Amino acid sequence: MELWFSEHHSADVKLSLRVRHQLYSRHSELQLIQVLDSYEFGRVLALDGVIMITEKDEFIYHEMLVHVPMGVNPDVKRALIIGGGDGGALRELCRYPDVEEIILVEIDPMVIGVAKRFLPTMASSFSDPRVTVVYEDGLRYVRRANTPFDLIIVDSTDPFGVGESLFSREFYGNCRRALSKNGILVNQHEGPYYRQEAEEAATIFARTSKIFSVARVYQAGIPTYPGGHWLFGFMSKGLDPIANYDAKRWLSLGIETRYYNPDLHLGSFALPTYVNRLLEKGEILDDVFKRVIQGQIWPPERDKIEKSEETDKDNP
Amino acid sequence: MPRKNAVRTYHLDQTKQPLRDALGEFRRRRIVSFDVPGHKQGRGNEPLAAFLGRQCLSVDANSMQLLDTLIHPTGVILEAEQLAADAFGADRCFFMVNGTTSAVQAMILSTCAPGDEIILPRNVHRSVINALILSQAIPVYVNPSVNLKLGIPLGMSVDDVAEAIRQHPKAKAVLINNPTYYGVCANVRKIVELAHDAGMRVLIDEAHGTHFYFGENLPVCGMEAGADMSAISLHKTGGSLTQSSMLLLGPNMREDQGYVHQIINLMQTTSASYLLLVSLDITRNHLALNGRDIYSRVVDFANYARREINEIGGFYAFSHDACDGDAFFDFDMTKLTVNTRSTGLSGIEVYDLLRDEYDIQVEFGDLQNFLAIMSVGDRPAAIERLIGALEDIKQNYGTEPAKLVVNEYISPEVVMTPAEAFYKPSEQLSLEKCCGRIATESVMCYPPGIPILAPGERVTPGILEYIQYARDKGSLLTGTEDPEVRQLYVMLE
Repeated sequence: MELWFSEHHSADVKLSLRVRHQLYSRHSELQLIQVLDSYEFGRVLALDGVIMITEKDEFIYHEMLVHVPMGVNPDVKRALIIGGGDGGALRELCRYPDVEEIILVEIDPMVIGVAKRFLPTMASSFSDPRVTVVYEDGLRYVRRANTPFDLIIVDSTDPFGVGESLFSREFYGNCRRALSKNGILVNQHEGPYYRQEAEEAATIFARTSKIFSVARVYQAGIPTYPGGHWLFGFMSKGLDPIANYDAKRWLSLGIETRYYNPDLHLGSFALPTYVNRLLEKGEILDDVFKRVIQGQIWPPERDKIEKSEETDKDNP
Repeated sequence: MPRKNAVRTYHLDQTKQPLRDALGEFRRRRIVSFDVPGHKQGRGNEPLAAFLGRQCLSVDANSMQLLDTLIHPTGVILEAEQLAADAFGADRCFFMVNGTTSAVQAMILSTCAPGDEIILPRNVHRSVINALILSQAIPVYVNPSVNLKLGIPLGMSVDDVAEAIRQHPKAKAVLINNPTYYGVCANVRKIVELAHDAGMRVLIDEAHGTHFYFGENLPVCGMEAGADMSAISLHKTGGSLTQSSMLLLGPNMREDQGYVHQIINLMQTTSASYLLLVSLDITRNHLALNGRDIYSRVVDFANYARREINEIGGFYAFSHDACDGDAFFDFDMTKLTVNTRSTGLSGIEVYDLLRDEYDIQVEFGDLQNFLAIMSVGDRPAAIERLIGALEDIKQNYGTEPAKLVVNEYISPEVVMTPAEAFYKPSEQLSLEKCCGRIATESVMCYPPGIPILAPGERVTPGILEYIQYARDKGSLLTGTEDPEVRQLYVMLE
């Protein structure tokens, strides 16, 4: 018998992993939490049927979420992680000895429990003495936060469920207030390829670029996320992810990574043209594809192509 | 199987859902229809079925033996209405499919013959003013007091009602809002007592009060207070489909049930939608069995939101602390009415900001308040978003506290009945030319939700000033044929 776990990446595309065992499956008050043991990706954490993280490719996501902002401001003392119940972002952040205090705000206590039990390689830093875990709605926490943070990492689910409020203007507005002068906010910024995520990515960018004077987007290739290509948001009140980046200083910290490095730091902010157009103009690749390739609407360019084909036939 | 609810013991088996079961049976038997509706379980209108769902269209049926008929119910509709009457503690319940407007019309038309007087607060819903035109009744308006600190109209004070009854002893009925749009309740029990002592009926517009019948520690509901009739918008806070509604009759109306039904049939459609009817049946069942828990959660949400909003500073989400023992006798705790004056923003501005900048839609905003309605459908994350957005609005848009704006009550000069004026020959003039003339149409203003003019009332300089003032403040003016409300129909001289 073959056991497969499938996730819809769009209405017409699925990603399927062959599974050895299902290790865990329970409904918490908020969502369905599952842990699977897969052949290709090792252990997989899925929330409401959507893959959050796998043992094999989690390093890409977590390194990019943490080392990019830490590279720009290695002087971060006080950090806040919203979500991130699997512990992966926390693990990366705890590798910086100068960080003095980390608060992790997770809305669903069961996620952390499951991560500690089944994903020990990620949930390895919850016992670090600098870490405080708060079980609360992320928006409520930042709204009430009195002491500023130098770094806020928003490691959330998609905006279509439990994570909904972590993509709202009120959330970013309250985050901005909770940041110190040199503070940085990074978030998972959805993917640019399929319509549903792309629309969200455009919305998030439109929202955050109104609130933060610096709002940039960077990218990474992550095999288990829809399209395999994922975006991250970098926001600050002034620090620029390229101009204020000090590669030598980051290298001097001696932090070993598998994905992140100073060249990649700079390169990850160079986005494909279609992604720039998505963020700047809200142009969805799907629409362009349908218009131009499938010819649902005929643009003048298409007429030209057909005419030139006809001409070719006439003159073989 | 009587079941104990916080409010009352039921006499019928509230687990039953006769209409739902009959529609299930209709679907199961795959009856071949050679009757209306023409879409025939959705098959004839693929795009509509694709959008609404085949399940939904398969029960959009017509009256037939299996499904009973709303005009003259003897089967499953009657049974469903009896269950609803039991659930709401009423003697009789009529399902309404033309909205609560039709329930309000039925109450007034079955009580007032042409020329009869009816005592009512000025801050009635427009459906009441319209029902006065249909019934040709004479309105006797009671000035709703205004809470000066909050700038909201309240209920009727007991003394004002007593005085109106003394001056108009032949009035047929007293109409009460329970609660008002803002969640304010008058002393309903006392007013019922006064009216009944004077031989008048008590009609209750309970469009915003469904939950009073099921929740604990909420203001008294009309039937329990001894009212004769009550119009219930089950769809507003109860969760049934929009436009589905109920008319409840108390035990005093036993002799007149047939007459009320005749009045309803005068105006109600003969093709009642089974989607609306079954939504009433299912919602009644759900609320009878789970209403207490549902509304205790809604009250908890609203109380939590009030606490958090009051901590932000600038906003004031009031509760029982604003009650005054009379015109503001009780407060509906599920209403989250927030005063915005100290933030320097008007309620309308906050309403617009929430919608345009935060994708949050609240019920309405007035000069100094906005109202968020909490109901069976709310989630904690949504409430966090509302609170978070208010914090952000205060930081980004807040200024110095605004000057106190008082909504002066303008006592209307009723020259003739709304009906008489409505049918008189009239001419349309620009507003400033209407001074001294008699209006033949209404001008409503949200806020504060009190009609400024009803047909048959004289246009005074004070009224014209108020309209201008409300317009300047960004209030929504409605009621006239002219959508801009710059022209008004007045009686020909």
